[in-house]
Amino acid sequence: MPVTRTDEVILRAEGIYKQYPGTLALNNVDFKIYRGKVNVLVGENGAGKSTLMKILAGVEDPSAGKIYLNGKEIQITSPTEAAENGIGIIYQEMNLFPNLNVSENIFITREKTDKTGRIDSTYQDNYTRGLMEKLHQNIDPQALVSSLRIGQQQIVEIAKALSQETEILIMDEPTSALSTAEVEILFNIIDELKTHGVAIIYISHRLEELLQIGDYITILRDGQKVAEEEIESINLEWIVRQMVGGDEKEVFYDENHTIGDVVLECRHIFLPHESGAFAVNDVSFTLRQGEILGIYGLMGAGRSELLETLMGVHPEATGEIYIDGKEVKSTRIGERIRDGFALIPEDRQREGLVKTMSVLQNMTLASLFRLAIKGVHLKGSTEEAEAQQLIREMSLKTAGTGVLVSSLSGGNQQKVVIGKSLLTQPKILLMDEPTRGIDVAAKGEVFSIMNKLVQKGFSIIFVTSELMELRAISDRILVMSKGCLTGSFLKHEASEEALVKASAVGHLTSNQRTK
Amino acid sequence: MKTKKTKLKLVKDKNVSLGMVLMQARTFIALFVLTIAFTILLSDKGINFLSPINLITITKHVAITALLGIGMTFVILTGGIDLSVGSIVGICGMVAGGLIHRGLVLPMFGVTIYYNIWVIVLITAVIGMLIGLINGIVITRFNVAPFIGTLGMMYIARGFANILSGGSTFPNLQGDPALNNTGFQFIGAGKILAIPVSIWILLVILLISIYVAKKTPLGRYVYAIGGNKNAAELSGIRVKKITTLVYAFSGFCSALVGIIIASQLVAAHPATGETYELSAIAAVVLGGTSLSGGIGTVGGTIIGAFVIGVLADGLVMMGVSEFWQNVIKGVVIIAAVIFDQLQQRMKSKAAVATITAERESA
Repeated sequence: MPVTRTDEVILRAEGIYKQYPGTLALNNVDFKIYRGKVNVLVGENGAGKSTLMKILAGVEDPSAGKIYLNGKEIQITSPTEAAENGIGIIYQEMNLFPNLNVSENIFITREKTDKTGRIDSTYQDNYTRGLMEKLHQNIDPQALVSSLRIGQQQIVEIAKALSQETEILIMDEPTSALSTAEVEILFNIIDELKTHGVAIIYISHRLEELLQIGDYITILRDGQKVAEEEIESINLEWIVRQMVGGDEKEVFYDENHTIGDVVLECRHIFLPHESGAFAVNDVSFTLRQGEILGIYGLMGAGRSELLETLMGVHPEATGEIYIDGKEVKSTRIGERIRDGFALIPEDRQREGLVKTMSVLQNMTLASLFRLAIKGVHLKGSTEEAEAQQLIREMSLKTAGTGVLVSSLSGGNQQKVVIGKSLLTQPKILLMDEPTRGIDVAAKGEVFSIMNKLVQKGFSIIFVTSELMELRAISDRILVMSKGCLTGSFLKHEASEEALVKASAVGHLTSNQRTK
Repeated sequence: MKTKKTKLKLVKDKNVSLGMVLMQARTFIALFVLTIAFTILLSDKGINFLSPINLITITKHVAITALLGIGMTFVILTGGIDLSVGSIVGICGMVAGGLIHRGLVLPMFGVTIYYNIWVIVLITAVIGMLIGLINGIVITRFNVAPFIGTLGMMYIARGFANILSGGSTFPNLQGDPALNNTGFQFIGAGKILAIPVSIWILLVILLISIYVAKKTPLGRYVYAIGGNKNAAELSGIRVKKITTLVYAFSGFCSALVGIIIASQLVAAHPATGETYELSAIAAVVLGGTSLSGGIGTVGGTIIGAFVIGVLADGLVMMGVSEFWQNVIKGVVIIAAVIFDQLQQRMKSKAAVATITAERESA
């Protein structure tokens, strides 16, 4: 590896701010990108990585800040302008047109036309074939994109970016949907691109992968840049420490919970998946009263699906569920709520909140069956009293119960979602990534709420991808991988190493690859 | 220095909120302005626009659009649309007319049954509701887009309306004392306490609808479904069931309108109600209900229906040609939606402003 000083900065972002209604997504962020290197960007969910990338790709405008390309200040106000400046992006969600073929996708909006305005598909196909040869890939330019595997589609995206003479290529979680073999191919392509002088910005949650492929690393936390290093001089522990922050432990309330009898027993839960495999594969476990049970695993390990199954979201799931020794027979979500389950969903905006409704209406939405007199009449004062009490208990900051929920900050919105589930008077809370996208202070508050709840006798199943959080708050930790339970640890025996190892069972990822 | 800054911000906030209030009341203001304008313009011609008789006539006209609009409001609140209401008006008028005019013919038994008027009204209302129910089932269970599902039903119902009579009118719906089915005109022409029956029907449906929308879990669920279907589902709301119910209610409202019109004309014509779905949607949109669902009120729809009604009747009285009436109606609807967009933008601006202010003060 060449010495740092000789590496040339191609793009520099300075003092970037981005304000959204509800959150400050980026707070004075500086970011340097080196030519011909893999520039890794990491941070927890909600740290601002994707927002920063959207700004570089011209999808979003920064609220403040400057961007320099080769030392010259530039404005990127649209994706077209980004492309003109040599910046290409491969999104986490694919941005291809499945109904068009490979070369049509590559030339979209830049179609090669002859004098009469007709598209010259022979030229386009030949050009595409050339690109694929350069990438050592055997993909037919005339194949429909919908007929390609995910990994191949990603290669088409890369080819598309390259066809625009991209000098800076942003890859947002490129490996999250790929098989091991496909990851291998992708890494070869990245090496190839590097030799051609393309700068790569690489975002991933798979930390080990970053150590293999990266040259430089920048870490974001809660919208701020916290560190910048050469990959050579750091290790996994360092990344984790920087991502989570040294002071994180202090905001946790590492308390002992009084644990009672078994409240929930699950036996042989199966959830079939479209692919023919199982999203949840023969999972059995118990949960005791007053216990916080953490579930760890990688993306797609089946954790959210397990919670959803308990909640009754998937009527096709099989298995036995017992609450307080009595079998749960109900199949609908509404009935499961009455049985004592309450879900705090992973995606607050899409699944937790109704943005067009007020704080009060959101909080009581799942409990109207209980609050309405004879199931018909809603009395404003009853709703108000219940909501007010929760607002006080959770120190939820809002200008009133009547304001739109979308006007609150992320942390307070999350408290509304937690409040909503508490109002249903549950026995078992299912919390799916409850701290995603909220700032450190709000995280601490969410944990203290969780601790208070278990002291009151609630039981919690808590899904997270963040190891520090998991180990700080859980009494017991289950690990899932590819739908199966692959580990069970008591709090004191759960080392990070053991957890990560268990979460990788069945994956056998790129560890074998030597650099 | 610091105090000055906060003061400035306060003033700005006030401007925003005053603007928002004006925006929110815009349809009401439009109605007010229209009424005043017509009163002044028509007084030159010696017509008193605000006379009780004139107002009752206008309200009777408005009741038709308003009843359809109420059903439509719930549909649009869930994020759907119902294009079949005009055709349901048509077919329900024909069902009521047919049952009075020639009774229920049962050829296999060689008998014809004539029902009492109130039984006929009930049967017709149930049929309207069932057609709405089919709409709901097609949309929720077979995942047909509401626009397409109800567009299909628009043709189907209109087709059957014509099939029932072979395309001709059922005339003379006064009934026959010998058959004990007289009294149908009462719904269209009768009065209770000097107010026409159709206005009473509107009032009853309106009050029930406002109560349901504001004070019952059902109403809250309708708003939640339109605001965020996923979140509604995860809150235990039976989204499909409630969506179906909403279309059934829209069908029921359409049936009432079909009965009222047939009764007013003392005849049932299969083309009755054509393009009524569009006035109903216009009333809902004018009333501030968002076509994307989740936002809106029944009361707003009533005001919207009045704007359309006052505009239509006023222009007729002014002697404006029907062609120009259509142009004006169209302009008013588009203007209303443009205002709606402006309001949305103001709202989100205000939201960002409050958050920024919060952050600065913190």
